Amino acid sequence: MANFYTDVPEIRFEMENSPLMQRIVDLKERDYADKDKYDEAPQDYEDALDNYHRVLDIVGDITANTIAPNAEEVDAEGPHCENGRVRYASKTYENLDAMIKAGLNGVTMPRRFGGLNLPNTVYTAANEMVSTADAGFENIWSLQDCIETLYEFGNEDQHSRFIPRICAGETMSMDLTEPDAGSDLQSVMLKATYDEEAGCWRLNGSKRFITNGDSDLHLVLARSEAGTRDGRGLSMFIYDKRDGGVNVRRIENKMGIHGSPTCELVYKNAKAELCGSRKMGLIKYVMALMNGARLGIAAQSVGLSQGAYNEALAYAKDRKQFGKAIIEFPAVYDMLSLMKAKLDAGRALLYQTARYVDIYKALDDIARERKLTPEERAEQKQFSRLADAFTPLAKGMNSEYANQNAYDGIQIHGGSGFMLEYACQRIYRDARITSIYEGTTQLQTVAAIRYVTNGFYSQVLADYEQWPVAAAYEAYKERVKAMAVKYNACVEAVKAAEDQDLHDICARHLYEMAATTLMCHLLMQNASKSPELFGKSLNVYVNYAESEIEKHANWIGRMDTAQLESYRKS
Amino acid sequence: MKIVVLAKQVPDTRNVGPDAMTPEGTVNRAALPAVFNPEDLNALEQALRLKDQFPGSTISVVTMGLPKSAEVIREALYRGADQGYVVTDRCLGGADTLATSYTLSQAIRKIGDFDIILGGRQAIDGDTAQVGPQIAEKLGLTQVTYAEEILSVDPEARKIVIKRHIDGGVETVEAPLPLVVTVNGSAAPCRPRHAKRVMKYKNATVKAERTPENAEKYAELIARKPFLDITQWGAADIEADMAQVGKTGSPTNVKAVQNIVFKAKDSRTMTASDADVEGLIIELLNEKIIG
Repeated sequence: MANFYTDVPEIRFEMENSPLMQRIVDLKERDYADKDKYDEAPQDYEDALDNYHRVLDIVGDITANTIAPNAEEVDAEGPHCENGRVRYASKTYENLDAMIKAGLNGVTMPRRFGGLNLPNTVYTAANEMVSTADAGFENIWSLQDCIETLYEFGNEDQHSRFIPRICAGETMSMDLTEPDAGSDLQSVMLKATYDEEAGCWRLNGSKRFITNGDSDLHLVLARSEAGTRDGRGLSMFIYDKRDGGVNVRRIENKMGIHGSPTCELVYKNAKAELCGSRKMGLIKYVMALMNGARLGIAAQSVGLSQGAYNEALAYAKDRKQFGKAIIEFPAVYDMLSLMKAKLDAGRALLYQTARYVDIYKALDDIARERKLTPEERAEQKQFSRLADAFTPLAKGMNSEYANQNAYDGIQIHGGSGFMLEYACQRIYRDARITSIYEGTTQLQTVAAIRYVTNGFYSQVLADYEQWPVAAAYEAYKERVKAMAVKYNACVEAVKAAEDQDLHDICARHLYEMAATTLMCHLLMQNASKSPELFGKSLNVYVNYAESEIEKHANWIGRMDTAQLESYRKS
Repeated sequence: MKIVVLAKQVPDTRNVGPDAMTPEGTVNRAALPAVFNPEDLNALEQALRLKDQFPGSTISVVTMGLPKSAEVIREALYRGADQGYVVTDRCLGGADTLATSYTLSQAIRKIGDFDIILGGRQAIDGDTAQVGPQIAEKLGLTQVTYAEEILSVDPEARKIVIKRHIDGGVETVEAPLPLVVTVNGSAAPCRPRHAKRVMKYKNATVKAERTPENAEKYAELIARKPFLDITQWGAADIEADMAQVGKTGSPTNVKAVQNIVFKAKDSRTMTASDADVEGLIIELLNEKIIG
């Protein structure tokens, strides 16, 4: 029987082959303090890893045998808006039911709330598989990770009232975007006023493009400080659908991710409660929420890449032309091998990011229970920075790769790929949004660029160069070191020009150079441990990366202030 | 409610490869993965739905087989069953349906208190569909076969309403509790394994599965978590009459196994008139196909 976990050994590899994993599990399990309190809690590291494999095996089963077979019908039917409520496509309920019956909600939440207490790294793997099965459904299911923000910033009372509900399978949404506040969330105008009589906050206004907007529990960004116009007047609120007051005006008609309802919401005096402190909504909480969501989209993108690759590989083996399977033709296997290389490199980046997130989040959580030691504080700071620097790379690069892979996936199908009968067209449509929502690739570049200019990525590259690699890969390491030299030279050249516009137009190129070189190192580590899984991809990816670095370096080398004139359009 | 589910570990005959049969014409069990008999999973789902509806109900799963058949008990625990019993003993080997139903009915007697016994219609290795009905006979219980869905249960009035799958349609029947229900493959598929339950029960074993190398580890685990010890019963534990179990208790003898290839291609349509039916009976008698 098909299983998206056991069929893709590359995912399992990421669960157990990083030197960071033991630290993550030790922190997340507080040195296995739950082992006598909860029947399902692990006793030690090996036991925990075994649990992770078993849980992911369940996800692999449900994704392959329930969600994936439902995907086509969900795509065709889509959700509907009826009397201000969302009715999902019928098979979406079947998918949700399977996930709830398998207990796959509140995956990262502590056991005392009914959660599974699994690290983000494991949750990311689940996310990836759900996306391979149906990227639209992945949105509905994975919005459960909004609960992390409520857990981090809500109070004890809110924890006890809301977290168990999410662990039991209720859904979430994050209500941020408005018609005039997309990338620029500082312009959010949804009004929050304190109702002295009822002793609660009231929300009035509208939101747009809200994924799963009719969810059970909403995190809402709203303007609590009358008269303000920027981000400092925004707070975060919890809206409970049981209280009523928010209706769905319409569902968007989208190009892809049809299963996921994208809603326009109307708030009429909706009762809400404050999450955390006033005025910190955008500055602190939405940033945390977005970082989680971006890691989620990175996982969704990798899942889509895997799906695109699966479809293309199967078709190329099956389709015969000129007397042989088309996979035998260099023009075809060139595309397939590059798809796989981008998938493997992007996945390595995804899980490295998830591990960085895990360590700092676990330490953050421990800091709420007790004072961290100076060593722990230093570790927390280091990994928090790594997570901040890697998240925009993982999201931006993987979403771009998902689009490229979906494109090549259709190309391998030829004319058949353009017909609606094959899954590759759904993947192509679904992938398109990944490089747009939760911050476009251009905004990922903005988030990452300070780590380019302040030398952080260069420092990480220098650190990665200290990692030993298998003897067979020493030559690759030298080539990757040479890429870093070119990258550093480009950074210096752009900085030396001291022109903000020039700096901004080069940013995407520098961003890609940093990400590509980092991915070479990560893939080299994977191949050193498992040449049979990653050896070929390493070769293909380093060849590709070298030419990418060269391309970007040439472009940046040509660029100066005078050149900018040809680029400006007005 | 107290529910007993009968489950069997079977070779996965749905994924048959070229080495699935031995040259002697018997099933090559080594070449086929052992799985939870599919219709027993349908039965388990019906039990779990009853438990959803009547919280506090208990589901006991009973299997007869080799020690490794404890795997089906673990699978059932992962999905929501409360406890399991593995009936395993050398003397039980080679049982046909009569000896099997006797052994299982003795195990059920030993469990004692129950309202509903659920099992799959048949197992994919034997396809007899006899064990469920035979158990009902041995225990003197009502039986409803080919069940597709339990529509309602009234524990006070001791009544159950069941939808059955019949030729060309469905039939709804009412029956008294306690009873035996065999569930058809067209019933709802079984729910997935539950993440927490998998983590909880993954080390559950029967005694016969433990080896001298791992005995200490399991003893330590069971001391802390007694639910990890799956009940194991031998023939003596269920007070079985040795003449009725295993090969001794099995009147069935396999004389030979032949591969049958259906060759006839033509078909005839007959009406339901008495004349047509009578004509068919006479023809079949003359050709010694029946009689």
